[in-house]
Amino acid sequence: MINRRTFLQSSAAVAAFAASAGSARAETPGITDTEIKIGQTMPYSGPASAYGVIGRTESAYFKMINDQGGINGRKINLISLDDAYSPPKTVEQVRRLVEDEKVAFLFQTLGTPSNLAIRPYCNANKVPQLFVATGASVFSDPEHFHWTIGFNPSYQTEARIYGKHILATKPNGKIGVLYQNDGFGKEYLTGLKDGLGADHAGMIVKEASYETSEPTIDSQVVTLQGSGADILLIAATPKFAAQAIRKSYDLGWKGVRYVTNVSVSVTTILKPAGLEKSKGLITAYYGKDPTDARWKDDAGMKEWAAFVGKYMSSKELSDANASYAFGAAQTMIQVLKQCGSDLSRDNVMKQAANLKDLELPLLLPGMKINTSPTNYSPIRQMQLASFDGQSWQLFGELLMG
Amino acid sequence: MAEPGRALGVLVAIAVGVFALAFPFAASGYHLYQGAQVLILMIALIGLNLLTGFNGQISLGHGAFFAIGSYGAAILMVKAGLPFWAAIPLASVVCFIAGFLFGFPALRFGGLYLALATFALAVATPQILSYNGIDALTGGSQGLTIAKPAPPVWTGLNSDQWLYLVCLASAGALYWAARNLVRGRVGRALIAIRDQPIAAETMGINAALYKTTCFGVSALYAGVAGGLSAIAVGFVSPESFGLALSLAFLVGIVVGGLASLGGALFGALFIEFVPNIADQLTVSFGEGAKALPGAIYGVLLILVMAAMPTGVAGVAQAAARALMSSWRPSHEKGGVNVAANCQGKGEAP
Repeated sequence: MINRRTFLQSSAAVAAFAASAGSARAETPGITDTEIKIGQTMPYSGPASAYGVIGRTESAYFKMINDQGGINGRKINLISLDDAYSPPKTVEQVRRLVEDEKVAFLFQTLGTPSNLAIRPYCNANKVPQLFVATGASVFSDPEHFHWTIGFNPSYQTEARIYGKHILATKPNGKIGVLYQNDGFGKEYLTGLKDGLGADHAGMIVKEASYETSEPTIDSQVVTLQGSGADILLIAATPKFAAQAIRKSYDLGWKGVRYVTNVSVSVTTILKPAGLEKSKGLITAYYGKDPTDARWKDDAGMKEWAAFVGKYMSSKELSDANASYAFGAAQTMIQVLKQCGSDLSRDNVMKQAANLKDLELPLLLPGMKINTSPTNYSPIRQMQLASFDGQSWQLFGELLMG
Repeated sequence: MAEPGRALGVLVAIAVGVFALAFPFAASGYHLYQGAQVLILMIALIGLNLLTGFNGQISLGHGAFFAIGSYGAAILMVKAGLPFWAAIPLASVVCFIAGFLFGFPALRFGGLYLALATFALAVATPQILSYNGIDALTGGSQGLTIAKPAPPVWTGLNSDQWLYLVCLASAGALYWAARNLVRGRVGRALIAIRDQPIAAETMGINAALYKTTCFGVSALYAGVAGGLSAIAVGFVSPESFGLALSLAFLVGIVVGGLASLGGALFGALFIEFVPNIADQLTVSFGEGAKALPGAIYGVLLILVMAAMPTGVAGVAQAAARALMSSWRPSHEKGGVNVAANCQGKGEAP
């Protein structure tokens, strides 16, 4: 029912009251003896609808958990609403989830702008905004936004790893950066500078940006080549990454080429660019690539395949977004298990920030998820890989960005 | 209009008004947010209808003016520290100027060519907003977060009620202004330019001036809507103003009814709620259908247009007319109506 109580719950006054009264005894919305009701927004329609598979995978995973008896006898009810990747709609849907559906917390709301739009609301009302599905680094800010926690390594983390690797292997190199002119591309630039440190910022001799509306980025690659750079960082989305890989090879690029792990698919990017032309590329991984034959007999990959076989369709087996969601859902389950019988918002947030050495089936061997009240970046490790003309070969140790 | 027709119209207006005023005291914060969104969309639709419905200039780019209003208000509030009641009018003046200036090249384009030119505006907007050189002002692709304006203490309202009432007052005032505009000399000139441009010029109507001004006023409406949206959502980013927004406006005025100001309300309700309904309907098709809301929305849109080709307003008018004529035999006012009608027309120019 729509009444005054709904409004009161959303007002800061009552939020303060709940805090002072101690939330342990207070009734948490969305939690009953048989159900944990949680919410999320997903771009099922609109420009980013390819990500919708994340929400579907998570729903399917929770269905499996429910089929197995749920968590402490409680079934998980994930309400996943379409926001069309439009921030005003995200705000509306999140308010519906919190005020009308009365969910306990939010899980994996997707998109940088969408999450930025709802972050003030979630924090003012003390609703946990857990494991947001975005690579932007701004969501790991426990000091200012206690109720919002990230999940995957940010683009900055990845770029910092490249920066450190460059310092270790080619301290006198000259770097050219090709980046997409938006938040995604700029995070790489920031991360790379960060990884190099102020003393070595001069190593970047040329930055060239492109707009997603440009048909080709050949001229940018030519400019970068002309600048005398011998290291190339390609911070580009798939189509443009393929162009950059091909063009730089055709121009006879001598040095090392790093490519963002957004654009590493052998079938959709490297083959069109040319496998021979892709030789020697370096990227960083944190998850097991479902299309990589090396994981064929891996126990984690078998777990994934078994789940997909039963709860999803075979075309999702090799979808990186789906396997990403698999890991996020498992992390969520771990948090709920840690909560035990206290599913108050306070405790859910506390446990989300208290993950210790959690290993997931689809993370690279040895990788561990750790969070703390001062560390809201669950996945921080990555491992470098180079392309040998056929597949990506992991090398070196796990690196912290 | 006929006497009973006018009475019916007044009754409907009063009912809508009472509902709109009582709403903030009965609804939850979430529904108030939706209500505010509907009012904001309604303002933008009235603006677009002035341009497209009354003046016959098709714009596929009103999302751009909406964006200028949004960003203008946000920047004035966040960077210059202005209160919202100063920021939104200033931002909408900027929109008026932008719209007026855009109206000049628009003069050279007719029909579909203007649609394409404005389409380009809609496509370019998100990229311009995330442009590097101005990101100190716009926040780049990260956007800007705006603190919600606090209601004056004496009102005793919460911020959702306050925002809703601000939107309601703005929508009411702008509706009233638009109504006066289209019913007067200006409105007749706009319609004349739409229907018979050559005859209109022969009559001494300065078509260029009217068309550019109409573009400016229309953009101003979009700007006010954008500014209100910035404070209601509390956030602006390039993703909020994509091509889909401009297209949604066009859908709104067609569904509501071209050249109908009241229809804007229905158009706004459609844009706001039908995507939600489509999302809900996917549930009945099973988990795998989660990718379908766009398709279902499309089907619903086709159904609505097939059932109401003249928009909701057109159907409402037809229904009212049918109702009137069924009354007529028992009402002796029938004869007077025709006279009143003629008299009304006689007053015209």
